[in-house]
Amino acid sequence: MTTPSSQQRLRDMMLVRRFEERCAELYGAGKIRGFLHLYIGEEAVAAGLLPALGPADTVVATYREHGHALLRGVPARAVMAEMFGRVSGCSRGRGGSMHLFDAERRMYGGWAIVAGHLPVAVGLALADRTLGRPQVTACFFGDGAVAEGAFHEAMNLAALWQLPVLFVCENNLYAMGTALERYQAQPDLVLRARGYGVDAASVDGMDVEVVAAAARDAVERVRAGKPFLLECRTYRFRAHSMFDAELYRGSDEVARWKQRDPIALLAGRLRTRGQLDDAALAALEQDVAREVEDAVSFADASALEPIEELTRHVMAEVAP
Amino acid sequence: MPVMNIIQAVNDALRIEMRRDQRVVVLGEDVGKFGGVFRATSGLFEEFGPDRVIDTPLAEAGIIGSAVGMALYGLRPVPEIQFADFIYPAYDQIVNELAKFRYRSGGQYPAPVVIRTPYGGGIRGGHYHSQSPEAYFVHTPGLKVVIPSNPYDAKGLLLSAMRGEDPVIFMEPKRVYRAARGEVPEGDYTVPLGQAKIVREGKGITVLAYGAMLHTVIEAAAKAAEAGIDAEVIDLRTLLPLDLETVLTSVRKTGRVCIVHEAPRTCGYGAELAALIAEKALTSLEAPIERVAGFDTPFPYTLENEYLPSPERVMASMRRAVEFQ
Ligand SMILES: Cc1ncc(C[n+]2csc(CCOP(=O)(O)OP(=O)(O)O)c2C)c(N)n1
Ligand SMILES: [Mg+2]
Repeated sequence: MTTPSSQQRLRDMMLVRRFEERCAELYGAGKIRGFLHLYIGEEAVAAGLLPALGPADTVVATYREHGHALLRGVPARAVMAEMFGRVSGCSRGRGGSMHLFDAERRMYGGWAIVAGHLPVAVGLALADRTLGRPQVTACFFGDGAVAEGAFHEAMNLAALWQLPVLFVCENNLYAMGTALERYQAQPDLVLRARGYGVDAASVDGMDVEVVAAAARDAVERVRAGKPFLLECRTYRFRAHSMFDAELYRGSDEVARWKQRDPIALLAGRLRTRGQLDDAALAALEQDVAREVEDAVSFADASALEPIEELTRHVMAEVAP
Repeated sequence: MPVMNIIQAVNDALRIEMRRDQRVVVLGEDVGKFGGVFRATSGLFEEFGPDRVIDTPLAEAGIIGSAVGMALYGLRPVPEIQFADFIYPAYDQIVNELAKFRYRSGGQYPAPVVIRTPYGGGIRGGHYHSQSPEAYFVHTPGLKVVIPSNPYDAKGLLLSAMRGEDPVIFMEPKRVYRAARGEVPEGDYTVPLGQAKIVREGKGITVLAYGAMLHTVIEAAAKAAEAGIDAEVIDLRTLLPLDLETVLTSVRKTGRVCIVHEAPRTCGYGAELAALIAEKALTSLEAPIERVAGFDTPFPYTLENEYLPSPERVMASMRRAVEFQ
């Protein structure tokens, strides 16, 4: 018998993995087009963190956010339809992969301008405090964003005003093709936050149980009314986006990180604990595959936005 | 003569100038070891080393600000902004600092920075990998704005830009980065800024375009010819300074005008062209000036082919102008 939460976390990560593996195939088949940034290898961060939030809390993420949307509870159908650019997608097919929004689940994107969302997350938290709401804004971003000016303004504002923002840095060691130590004068990102008076911690982002424990603690601190930065040390197994020769890192490095695959890591641990066997794992795999295939069929059967809608939602729709 | 695409032509121009002029420095996100996301700076890091081909962090304001500083001390920085959509974090540095430096120092401090940036739609990039922000920069006194449509011009114009004394926004049409191929002379040559090019002579209507849209217009003009419309197609090549003489000479000959760009219509570059033509050649006009442009919406994702001017839309617009009585 496995404890429900560990098994659920395993399933969460498997869902995201399977979903994205299918996305890669569908990209090859021309069903998904444009830019597609896979989270494969980094699943433990979203799977460890998102369950620590309540339904009234808010999630803001980057363009590598399929996992965040799925684990925030946006139905796989709506996410996949968005990937296809169909009207049944969570952003009405308006944005595609990089722009996943869902007001019901307080998913505030999907941001494709690196670091553009950090000051906005500060504003969400400022509004929560102004309105007297005990909510947390969880803002995910990559290590690369730490180099942008917007990061530094956001840190200072959050600390100055003591706002309930949980900054989650998904440090996968690269901003596109540039390694962290080649673009950060201070590669210890936790020191960046502390320099602004934002408390911070760094954890093993490949271990979902470690992330989950740190997330619980961090959310508690933030809910008490203080910003916090949690650095999750992780690694992306695939290219930055779909086209990238990966000349900037060695295959040995990738292989080493794959040894710490977050899904295999948790599955292995559950087996040792006697909480998972082959049959249970196969059942999970089937279950996840069914959910993803259902999402693909749904997306494929959905309509594209008609041309008449092109100019909708530029401005408020008011009766003349 | 070697055949190149636009990326290769840009790369060639950068290499030639870096060999010729030690002051030229390239900087930007992933321009060095990685060779640029579109490979435009490929091989430069290996040849010129990390002092002249600088990989920067994600920091657009920092990239442009550093370039301005280097230019003030006499270097010739050529920063790359990976996509024109990411130029906005550097907008303040460009518009408030770079563009105004010569002016506000009373002419003491020129800042000849050439900012290269791929622009435009047609690659399914969605909202933030598709924009055409040229009008913002044309509206900023102190900047030159250059947009080539083909490899020959890309190389020659970029070499001119790097040898000029003023800041240049050099926008590269990524939709035809690889598709637009053509013969490009080896070695050094320049195409002067401020000279448009008549790419198709005709008597019936003047069609003005630049960058990726030039290719759409050429296709439209070929279709139009079958329908008996004799279009004169002008590739503006430089938006500022504009070769107004070539435009007006053509308009005086044809009496009809169609302006095509993919940026939104309202206050797009076409508005300025239309105003200039109305001011200088109103009496030659035999029909209202036509504009075919992107719609006044953010750049769309799935509807990009409907958003972008198509040969059909250009053709319909030409027909309206030509049939106007
Ligand atoms: C302002 C801005 N500059 C550049 C880009 C192009 N770009 C997209 S992702 C990326 C790398 C980001 O790295 P990081 O923040 O570490 O996130 P990761 O992709 O590793 O998850 C770059 C340079 C962008 N989207 N926005
Ligand atoms: Mg990264």
